[in-house]
Amino acid sequence: MLKITDLKAKVEDKVILRGINLEVKLGEIHAIMGPNGSGKSTLASVLAGKDSYEAEGTVEFLGQDLLDLDPEERAALGVFLAFQYPVEIPGVSNMNFLKTAINSIRKQKGQDPMVAKEFLARVKEKSALVELDAALNSRSVNEGFSGGEKKRNEIFQMAMLEPKLGILDETDSGLDIDALRIVANGVNTLKNEDNAFIIITHYQRLLDYIIPDFVHVLYNGKIIKSGDKELAKELEAKGYDWLKEEAEAV
Amino acid sequence: MEDLLLKTNDIGFVGDNSLLENTKVEALFALGNLKFPTRKDEAWKYTSLKSVQNRKFVTGDLLKSDKLEDFKVADMEANVLVFVNGHYSEEQSTILENNTDKIVISSLKAALNDNNNELSAYFGQTGSHTEEIFTALNTVNTKDGVLITVKENTVIEQPIHIINITKGTDIVAHPRNLFVAGENSMVKIISSYETEEGSSFTNSATEIMVHKNAMLDYYVLQNESVESVQVNNVHVIQKDNTNFSITTITTDGGLVRNNLKIEVDGKHCETKLYGLYFLRGTQHVDNHTYVDHIDTDCMSEELYKGVMNDQSTGVFNGKVFVHREAQKTNAFQSNKNILMTDEATIYSKPELEIYADDVKCSHGSTTGQFDEEALFYLRARGIDETSARKLLVDAFASDVLNNINIPALKEKVEARVDASLN
Ligand SMILES: Nc1ncnc2c1ncn2[C@@H]1O[C@H](COP(=O)(O)OP(=O)(O)O)[C@@H](O)[C@H]1O
Ligand SMILES: [Mg+2]
Repeated sequence: MLKITDLKAKVEDKVILRGINLEVKLGEIHAIMGPNGSGKSTLASVLAGKDSYEAEGTVEFLGQDLLDLDPEERAALGVFLAFQYPVEIPGVSNMNFLKTAINSIRKQKGQDPMVAKEFLARVKEKSALVELDAALNSRSVNEGFSGGEKKRNEIFQMAMLEPKLGILDETDSGLDIDALRIVANGVNTLKNEDNAFIIITHYQRLLDYIIPDFVHVLYNGKIIKSGDKELAKELEAKGYDWLKEEAEAV
Repeated sequence: MEDLLLKTNDIGFVGDNSLLENTKVEALFALGNLKFPTRKDEAWKYTSLKSVQNRKFVTGDLLKSDKLEDFKVADMEANVLVFVNGHYSEEQSTILENNTDKIVISSLKAALNDNNNELSAYFGQTGSHTEEIFTALNTVNTKDGVLITVKENTVIEQPIHIINITKGTDIVAHPRNLFVAGENSMVKIISSYETEEGSSFTNSATEIMVHKNAMLDYYVLQNESVESVQVNNVHVIQKDNTNFSITTITTDGGLVRNNLKIEVDGKHCETKLYGLYFLRGTQHVDNHTYVDHIDTDCMSEELYKGVMNDQSTGVFNGKVFVHREAQKTNAFQSNKNILMTDEATIYSKPELEIYADDVKCSHGSTTGQFDEEALFYLRARGIDETSARKLLVDAFASDVLNNINIPALKEKVEARVDASLN
């Protein structure tokens, strides 16, 4: 359902992604690993439609080229990015934000707004899933949330929006084991044969809870190695240096 | 300045033996000494009124408004006083509260005819008509305005809405208001300024007297055409234990200068000043505020927020003066701005001048760009760009808007704010 072909991206004159090829099929979970600064967040942002990057190549998603679409159109098609650094938005309540998001997506799909009762029932169910304190919903988006609460709020939003493709950008970073389990449980509950996930992570520990079908290593703007979940274990044991050397030797 | 006087060529009631004659004569004499401000004057450094001097403004007739329903606040039961080109239109006004044991709501002219005692007692008592040139001009030139006197121990539930409309090309109007809140009274007043057609120079002057234990909330809505100029002077005197709040919302207009002066001349007072300005094109809005803490144990809180689009200019100059005797004053002041473009400008100068030693005061000013990260976050969740911008701007404005204690009015202001984004 997602086919990335020779995707390049730069900011001003700085080249960040240097030709990425990746295919994700329905029902799959792909993990993307790689050292800091290798371009993981850039890849995620380009997929979600951030316009500060100049992108070329093609990103085919459910028959459309994502690169031609606005971020909101991508969201309506089912792309969801759980941000590495969720933004605080003072003055916009989490509830109002979610309701607006859901109804904007429904509107783009030609559907009527969700009725209040259904919305509230979903909020209740999904916040329970990620063990998010219901009181947070009346607060401004992410404002004053702890690091863990912000990450769980991302997964909560994902659960509310039920995307086709969930991209998690280091959602596990900074989480303790309990929070990690909650996040993983959220993803595993949402996962089905009709959606897919890209899990960007630094550590293999999240992959003990969310079992990936494929693991890719991104380094210096390119995927330098792909494998199955064993690759993640190998990276954990040996670090990235051997791969870097391999990549640079080419 | 003399030019302006000659051009407007109308010296109202002077010489007609009225109650206000002395005040008018004082103002006329003062005009001999007061100089028309230029950018060399510190208080006018960023705002030039040259265009006013060079334009020929004319007085306008009392016309019928065809847009009154737009100017009113929907679903708000209120006493509505309508002025067109500075003249009171009794026909278009609706006064619900006629019980003069509770309140007098009247045009100034009618109050003069009735020899209203409070009018003669309080008109000009703030002294602004001899100190401030535009108030002096207003005093000499005014055709009419509003007198509101709330009697002691009276709560007025329905707000009083004064709608000042201009209709015509380069119309000059000098609306003049006097509000007196008696001891232990409570009232909410709204003044809106609208252009129905064409352009105007509106030179408004309002005096407000808040007696012991009284509460007065004042809302000023400025929404004139981009060809229009407005100078708006509000001078308030607060006595012991009073609460006064003013919220000034500027959503349209070409050149707007607001002078707000509040003398907190009593103990245990609360003073709140809120402002919101949403500018675009080449609009220029200047808010000058002055809070004078004269006595002890008072609190003042000021929050002005602005969004500047295109090539617009905002000016904020807020001064809080704490006299040596005004111990235990708490004064907070804040000005926050968003510049939407590189060509928009804000001059922000919060000032504290403190002579008492036992006080808590703070002031601050921030100016930032529009939060593009937040915009992307919202769009990535499916919210279209226009709605996302609106959501963020509403959020920015919310801590000012949340202080509007009349729900219907708040709704109207929110709609205006949203409209000014497009
Ligand atoms: N908006 C930007 N402007 C300039 N440099 C950027 C920008 N975004 C990312 N970069 C640079 O691109 C590289 C990759 O960043 P990023 O995608 O955040 O990596 P990762 O998520 O793998 O740690 C880094 O060197 C980073 O400094
Ligand atoms: Mg990153």
